[in-house]
Amino acid sequence: MNIPAIRAEKLTKRFGDFTATDAITFEVARGEIFGFLGANGAGKTTAMRMLSGLSRPTSGSAAVAGYDIYKQTDLIKKNIGYMSQKFSLYEDLTVRENIRFFGGIYGLAHDRLRDKTAELLSRLALGGEADRLVGSLPLGWKQKLAFSVAVIHEPAIVFLDEPTGGVDPLTRRQFWSLIYEAADRGITVFVTTHYMDEAEYCHRVSIMVDGKIVALDTPYQLKQQFHAASMEEVFYRLARGAKRGD
Amino acid sequence: MNQFITFVRKEFAHVIRDRKTLLVLFGMPVAQILIFGFALSGEIKDSKIIVVDNARDPVSRKLVAKVAASRYFRIKKGVNRAGEIEAAFKRGDARIALVIPDRFGHDLHHQHEAEIQLLTDASDPNYATLLVNYASAIIRDYSAGINGTSGTPYTIVPEIRMLYNPQLKKEPNLVPGVIALILMLVCVMMTSVSIVREKETGTMEVLLVSPFRPALVILAKTVPYLILSLINIASILLLSVYALQLPVNGSLLLLFGESTLFIITCLALGILISVRVESQQVALLISLIGMLLPTILFSGFLFPIANMPRILQLVSNLIPSKWYYIIVKTIMVKGLGFQAVWKETLILTGMTLFFLVISLKNFKIRLA
Repeated sequence: MNIPAIRAEKLTKRFGDFTATDAITFEVARGEIFGFLGANGAGKTTAMRMLSGLSRPTSGSAAVAGYDIYKQTDLIKKNIGYMSQKFSLYEDLTVRENIRFFGGIYGLAHDRLRDKTAELLSRLALGGEADRLVGSLPLGWKQKLAFSVAVIHEPAIVFLDEPTGGVDPLTRRQFWSLIYEAADRGITVFVTTHYMDEAEYCHRVSIMVDGKIVALDTPYQLKQQFHAASMEEVFYRLARGAKRGD
Repeated sequence: MNQFITFVRKEFAHVIRDRKTLLVLFGMPVAQILIFGFALSGEIKDSKIIVVDNARDPVSRKLVAKVAASRYFRIKKGVNRAGEIEAAFKRGDARIALVIPDRFGHDLHHQHEAEIQLLTDASDPNYATLLVNYASAIIRDYSAGINGTSGTPYTIVPEIRMLYNPQLKKEPNLVPGVIALILMLVCVMMTSVSIVREKETGTMEVLLVSPFRPALVILAKTVPYLILSLINIASILLLSVYALQLPVNGSLLLLFGESTLFIITCLALGILISVRVESQQVALLISLIGMLLPTILFSGFLFPIANMPRILQLVSNLIPSKWYYIIVKTIMVKGLGFQAVWKETLILTGMTLFFLVISLKNFKIRLA
């Protein structure tokens, strides 16, 4: 199948006279790890919310997993996973209860859910902590768990909105090995971040400035194009002209 | 359906895990009923009573002996003239006085009717009412006793005077008010806070991205509070019947039905707040100031609506608790059936539908 995982064309979202996302056009291939970069306020989250069906575009078109984002949101919802910027598990439930709950609302059957739970616990080496309240886990573990829960139903695409905020580089690296595993299983990963070391891990990267995509290529090509030693430098050169931000 | 059950189970886990809140939710109704109830209708024994017997005939002496023998009263000695009663009340020596006129025995024998005066210190109206009720019962009992010995019925007419607070502004039954208050707290506050909490923590976003229907998210969140409230109502009713000996004169089934309706009204209100509000604090504030306070002020259970200025009387019509309060009082105290409360029921149903429609309109399936 040659249908891209995500195809956006001139996707635009306006709030009053403020254009959060300004006619962005891009494609994400199946199984790709796609980095969606931009300074704060550049419009990353808005774009992601439109693609995941949380927000209705003002104009433009897009398809996620082959489904139209205007008309087929129900089908999209079944085929995507989502991990929000705010850490999104229930702190007053145990690890096991969280897995059960999210598996349950994605309609996983009882047997499958049990297998998945066991598999997930062993992959994360959380077997001993299964009945601990999530609130008592370290942040890095919570994030790994949140990611695993977001892909528990093996979606076509998973959207990660700044998934590694506030953790150290080592934990971030562990987190990324989970992302690679998911991508190896064929899950397309759409991730926003402002850590430039993470940008290097992506297959392809787009950089948004003031609501527009100003660069889109592999990290290697981008560095060549801007004669930069690192993604950090590429980003600075592009983002310097930004008018928005906080 | 399985998804819905998964969701409801998770909601229960939230409620049960929060031990302190749970304790408050179940403890509060019990505490409130007991406090309100016993402050109001607890039995009072050995109250001091002043007896001024101006007749000093065999009939009056018998009555005084009967009062003295009662477990409710002990006769306060040393006050023998009606003029001294008020001073005794002010000193706090007694709270009730029985004055027997000098022609008591004579009137009773010749006119088959005699008057008797009961005075109370009604600065505490609940206490005063109780004492008067006890004393009146003794007098009734006494007149019934002497009636038995002769053919013509004797009537003793107690003339009751409530000093200091002649109108006795206090409802005889706080139970309906307490139920309304508890439901406001559990349903409106807990529901709105628990929905808004998910918005705050970001889990609401995850739920809305999931295939689970947004309307079901809200519905599932209300289920534990619905059940919690039913348990609360049952325990309040049990307590009022068995601990306070307040009879439910009307149909228990009707009472439960109407209560369920009011629970749904409250849940709808809770949902309405939660869809309009973004933080737990605001939800809490609106529930407390916007819902709980009006319930206390305008439902009529602490402050009689009839005594309010016209404009506030009109405002009180907007408070759902007022209608529920009327319904429960009619069923519990007056013992009337559905015919007596259909109008109020209709108003509550209308309000509930109104809240639900408004919340649905405001519910953002796609966030912003």
